[in-house]
This record gives sequence, structure tokens and C-alpha cells, in this order.
Amino acid sequence: MQGRIWVIALVLFLIGGGLFVYKWRGLGYPLLPAEETRIWTVEATFQFDAGERPMPVKATLHIPGLTPGFAVLDENFVSRGFGFTTRLVAGGRQVQWAIRRATGPQTLYYRAVVYKDPAAAENDTTPPFPTPPMLGEPLDTALQELVAQVREQSADPASFTVELLKRLADSAGDQNVSLLLAGQTDPTTRARTAITVLAAAQIPARLMRGVNLVDRERQARILPWLEVHDGDRWLYFDPATGAQGLPENFLTWWRGDDPLYTMDGGGKTEIRFSVQRNEADPVLVAERRAQTVQSRVADFSLFSLPIQTQAVYAVLLMIPLGALVVVLLRNVVGITTFGTFMPVLVALAFRETQVLAGVILFSLVVALGLLFRFFMENMRLLLVPRLASVLIIVVLLMALISIVAHQLGLDMGLSIGLFPMVILTMTIERMSIVWEERGPMEAIQQGAGSLIVAAICFTVMEVEVLKHLFFVFPELLLWVLAICLLLGRYSGYRLLELVRFKSLASPSR
Amino acid sequence: MLGLIGRLAANGVVGLNERNCEYIMRYNPRRLYPLVDDKLATKRLAMGAGLPVPELYGVISSHREVRDLPKIVASHRDFVVKPAQGSGGDGILVVSARVKDRNVYRLVDGSVLAEDDMEHHLSNIISGQYSLGGHRDVALVEYCVKFDATFAEHSFRGVPDIRVIVFRGYPVMAMVRLPTRRSHGKANLHQGAVGAGLDLATGMTTFGVTGNTRVMEHPDTSAAIAGLQIPKWEFLLDFAARCYELTGLGYLGVDIVLDRDKGPMLLELNARPGLNIQIANRCGLRPRLELVEAEPAGAPVEARVAFAMHTLATAAPALN
Repeated sequence: MQGRIWVIALVLFLIGGGLFVYKWRGLGYPLLPAEETRIWTVEATFQFDAGERPMPVKATLHIPGLTPGFAVLDENFVSRGFGFTTRLVAGGRQVQWAIRRATGPQTLYYRAVVYKDPAAAENDTTPPFPTPPMLGEPLDTALQELVAQVREQSADPASFTVELLKRLADSAGDQNVSLLLAGQTDPTTRARTAITVLAAAQIPARLMRGVNLVDRERQARILPWLEVHDGDRWLYFDPATGAQGLPENFLTWWRGDDPLYTMDGGGKTEIRFSVQRNEADPVLVAERRAQTVQSRVADFSLFSLPIQTQAVYAVLLMIPLGALVVVLLRNVVGITTFGTFMPVLVALAFRETQVLAGVILFSLVVALGLLFRFFMENMRLLLVPRLASVLIIVVLLMALISIVAHQLGLDMGLSIGLFPMVILTMTIERMSIVWEERGPMEAIQQGAGSLIVAAICFTVMEVEVLKHLFFVFPELLLWVLAICLLLGRYSGYRLLELVRFKSLASPSR
Repeated sequence: MLGLIGRLAANGVVGLNERNCEYIMRYNPRRLYPLVDDKLATKRLAMGAGLPVPELYGVISSHREVRDLPKIVASHRDFVVKPAQGSGGDGILVVSARVKDRNVYRLVDGSVLAEDDMEHHLSNIISGQYSLGGHRDVALVEYCVKFDATFAEHSFRGVPDIRVIVFRGYPVMAMVRLPTRRSHGKANLHQGAVGAGLDLATGMTTFGVTGNTRVMEHPDTSAAIAGLQIPKWEFLLDFAARCYELTGLGYLGVDIVLDRDKGPMLLELNARPGLNIQIANRCGLRPRLELVEAEPAGAPVEARVAFAMHTLATAAPALN
């Protein structure tokens, strides 16, 4: 039996731990309550004029597909009257809006909510070697010379690209470079030129465009970026400065040389990007992620319940922890209490009053209740009517204390209404019996023991981190169960027994 | 603290968790509990097996029958009222005398109880105030034991009883419980009675304990605790050992009283006997329990008693 319990406990521990680790590492459920996840809302506003006469309109817009470092939490398309479809294209994803008859100015919106996700890495395929560009003289010669020079001063695709971008940035001193750039010095042209040169050097490269996610920007600019494949993975370069790497918050929008949008049937097109940063509950983000990876975890999450029910479970899930504390204090420490789980229920009441006020109010009600109970002893009532009478007295006392406390301006007195009155009644009854049979000392000892256990339960049940952990990861209850099972076979001394049996602790012969 | 734990373990002191885990759960099947938790059932069982018990005058099992008490005790001067399912000695009243015609009861501790007080107490017992879990209970009215002259100097008003721990039918440890003023004449250590360890070989008292502290003298009579000889010791051990066959419980506390006129009588049985007996004997239970566990099952009563008196008594001598 002993062995079987260890096995069961181990299995419970592994199931609970496995789910916990999966939700934490795999789905990103937050470990700590204070963590907030940054999310960004990126909105593309696409405006055009469909003209005076009703006519069919078709528009396509690139939207984020592969976004290294980011994951899409939510996206929506606002397009009144338009049908829309999304599809995968060479440069990423595209949305296509279409309408049979449209007139006048039209506005289409695409909105994406994204968050940082280190796990969302580049999972693109290795590209084939590019075909060497055929530009015609004198560009070909300039190209070959530039490749030869840059190759001379570089060791690998990365250093080749850095050296090349440096030369493209300083076009004045190099005839070959200025010939290739043809007088244009904007980053996009530099990136395009770099891709041509890199193709001549048999290095796959492509243009990528994205948005820098800042806190708040109404007119965000689309920035070009250069992606170079080193045979192993994609590397990122700033075509303007030649610096390697992506900016901290760079959201890739689309890849390749295709235009951002195409328009068929409309005119005066204008597209604007805006960025807004928000904080979001990390749990919501994790839930969303669980849904997108088709995990069943989110279906069985407490967050799928209505808010009021969630609040109930936030409390209920802490009760097992309080029970564990009671088990520890009774079976390992050896404190006796009135009623097995009475301290847990009293601890729940302490949530409204806090410990000190709770202990004072509890002692007050029990002490006054005991007075009535002793008075009632003389009336020789039968057990159940007597319990009912004590219960009525307890309710009256609670109301009285609330009223008096309120008159005195002590608002903490009001929360006494949440004390479990049946538990208070039973405590008074049992305390009075112990008082009569075993003496006041023992009664007060047990009463104080119950209060101490309740206070410890409360302290443990109010730890924010634990509250958060048990609500987000209810599977941790399996750990509590495993510990309780093991404690169920704990046959060692209780702490207070060491005091009790102290006289038997003379050195062994 | 680890040193303390180590020394207690080395001395074979059994704690509550170990008692529950290793002995009670293993040797006491739950279905047998009602035999000992209900004193009425125990009494009937013992009478069936021919073991002497205090004579049962009557059972009060409903509120209506509470008024029958005077009829039940009409021909008896003294008697005891106890809840059938009480624990730890709670709810027991020992009536030493009765004022005829007026039904006023004088208790053994000197206080006086009016008729309606007694009726209230009886109805509390029936309502389950003293039973585990608050179940309905019945009140037993029975013979009040006249204590043996042996204990004249060692008892304050109540009747001392002898507690023997019987493990798999072997008596493993014993003590005598002496009522004090503090225990209101009751023989329960929790209520302030003095427990005196008994040498298993001879039936001679050794040390005393009250609560968890050691005492040398009876707090009320100042008589020395040590050196008191329990009469008919071997017979008592035999008596206790037979309770194993009676109930089938492997780990059992047997409470025996010595009556002046009627000799030893079985008072009650306990499926969860306390551990203070170790303090009274200055000796841990475990070495003796382990010796008994090594013995084969099915030994006759005489062999078990002999084993207790000769092997167990010397196996683990008292600590300093």
C-alpha cells in the first residue's frame, strides 16, 4: 500500500506538473499575477474614390503573414458592403476586397492585434540560389567589379552584405555604386540594388517591409528591410545604415517586390498605418494562443466561465490549500481545533475583515455567545432547539456589532455579516461542552488553536502569487492532492508530541 | 530538535500518527468499531462470553423514557449514568446516594443534582451531545463499582481502573488510572486523573503521570504512587487478553475495574487507546509491539499472558 501511494502521488505530481509546464512554457500562461503583456494594435486605413458611376471595385492589400518575433492575437476586417477573402501569396498574406457596385469615397480597414512572441521564429524554407542578373553594359561590368571588391573585403554572406550596404550608403566616392543606384539614394532603392548585387554573388536575398511598433503613431511609415539568407537562416539588415538585425519592435508586413496594394476600379487611393500600444491581460493572450494552436487546454480553462462564476472559483480553488494547511497543522504540528475544517471557513470570513479585526470579532461573538450558552444551560433546553437559540443569538450579536461599529465609524465591523454563523454556533456549542467537561483551560486552548490555524490558513490563502497560480493552473490542485495522500501515510511524530513525550527522550541505553 | 526526534525514536516512543497509520488502521477493521464504540454492544458481547461486567440496571433510549429513571434505580442506592457512545469519559455521572421520595441525586464529587437537572442531562445524552459526530445516543444506567481496598489511599472519591493495551491478543503495556479532585472522581487522564505505570511481570505500580507531567505522589492523598501491588495480576492479564477474541480488534485498550465484592469487571473497550501510557511507564510501546508482531498468530491465552509477563516485561525496561 505504501508503495502504491507513492506511485499514485508521483503520477498525480507528473500529470499536474506536465500540464503546468505545458501551459506555462508552451502556451505562455503567466506565472506571476503582476505580469502584463504588451500588445499593439496596428491599423491600415485604405481609402479610395470609386468615382461618380457605380462600378465594380477590386482591391488587394498585403497583410502580415510570417512575422518573426511577433504573433497575431486578433485581426479583423472592416469593409461595409465588400466581400473579402484572405489568401497566401508569394510575399506573405493578402486580403482581397471586392464589390459589384461602388460609388464615391470608400474606406476599408484592416486591424491586427499583435504581441511579442519569441517562439514565433522564422520558419521559412531555404530559398534556391538566385539567377545572376542580366543588366546590360555598362551596368554588368560595374556589378562584377563591385562584387569582386566587396568579396575581397568580406568573409561570409553577413559580412558581404554589411560591406555592400556600407558602399551603397557612400555612393559619392564610387563610380560603380553611383551607376548602379542611378542617382537614387532612398533605402528602398538601396535595398533593391543590394539584392541585385547579392544575386550576382549567388547570395539569396529579398526585400521585406514592415512597421516599427512604437507606443503611439498615427502615421506610421512602412520601412524597407533587407533579408539575406546565409545558407542556414535568414539574416536581417537595415538598408539605410547597414546594421545587422531587426529593430526591437519590427513587425514584418510583407516580403518581396510586389506593391503593398493593388486597385482595380477606383482612384485617389491613400493608405495610412497607425500603431497604438496597449497592455493586455497575459492570460487572455495565452488563451488566444492556445486556441490558435488548437489546444484543448483553453476549452477547459476557468476563463471560459462567466465572470461571476470565475470569482467564485477564484475563492473555491484556494480552499484545498487551506485544507492542506489544516492537515499540516493537525497531523504534522499537532494543533487541535474545533471541527476539522472550521478554521478554513473562518479564514474565508477573514478575507473581508483581515486577520486582526477578524480575530477580535470572532472572539467577541464566541465570548458573548458562550455567556448566553451558559445562561441557557440553566433552562435545560433540548439539544436542537438550544442550537437554534444559540444561532439566533449569534445572528443578533452580529447585527448588533455591525450597528455599534458603524455608529462608532468603524467600518470593519460591517464585514462581520460574512462570518459563517452556523460554524460560529457549533464552535460555541462544542466549546461550552469542552469547558464543562475538561475545564476552561482546555476550551480556551482549543479555541485559540482554531483561531491560530484560521489565521495561518488565511495568510496562505491570501498570497497573491498562489491565488493567481491556482486559478490559472488549476492542475496544481493535483499536487496538493498528492501531498495530502503522502501526508495521509505520515507516521512520524507530531511537533507538539515532542513536547508531550519530552520526558521519554532520555539518551537510549 | 532532530536529536530529540532521534532519541524518542530510539526509545521506541509511538506517536499518534504512527499509532493510527501502523497499528489502528492495520489491525482494527472498521466494521468492528461499533462493538467498542457503543458501550451497550460491548456489554452484551462480554456478557455473552461470560466476562463479568457492571450490572446493567436499564437503558434510556428516548426522551419519553427519561422520566423512568427513578423506577430503574428504585432498588439501588448508587449507580452510574453514562452515554453509550461517549468518548473520553465525557457525560458520565456517578451518583453515590439518592434522597428517597424527592429524587434528588448526590454525586460522587459531593455536588447535588435536582431531578430536572438529571432529566436534562439524560436528554442531552440522548440527543447526542456526547457522542462522536452528534448521533442520537442512549443512556446506560448501571452498577456503581465499589472500589477495592487496594486503592483506598490512592483515589479521590472515584473508582480507579486498570488500562491494558492488548496487541494481537498479547497484553503489551498497562497502567492504573487514579481519580483526583481535579478529575471530579473520573479515571480519565485528559480530565486530570493520575496514571501509574504497571510492571507487566508483577502488577506493581512504577511511576505516575498527570497530564503529560510525571508525579511521585497522589495530588490529593499524598500517597506514594510507586510500589502498589495490583491483586490477582495474572488473572487480570488473562482477562484483558481474552478481549482480543471477544472483539477481533488487534490494537485494543481494555479498561478493567476491581470491585470490592465482585472482583474484576470489564468497564469498556477502546479501539483508539491513548499514548500517555508510555509516559506513565516511562517506556516506548514500539519494542514490545514489534516483539508481538514477530509472534505467530493463534497462540492460546495462557501462552500470550506468559509471553507478556516474561518476555515483554523485560524486553524494554523503563527509561531513567
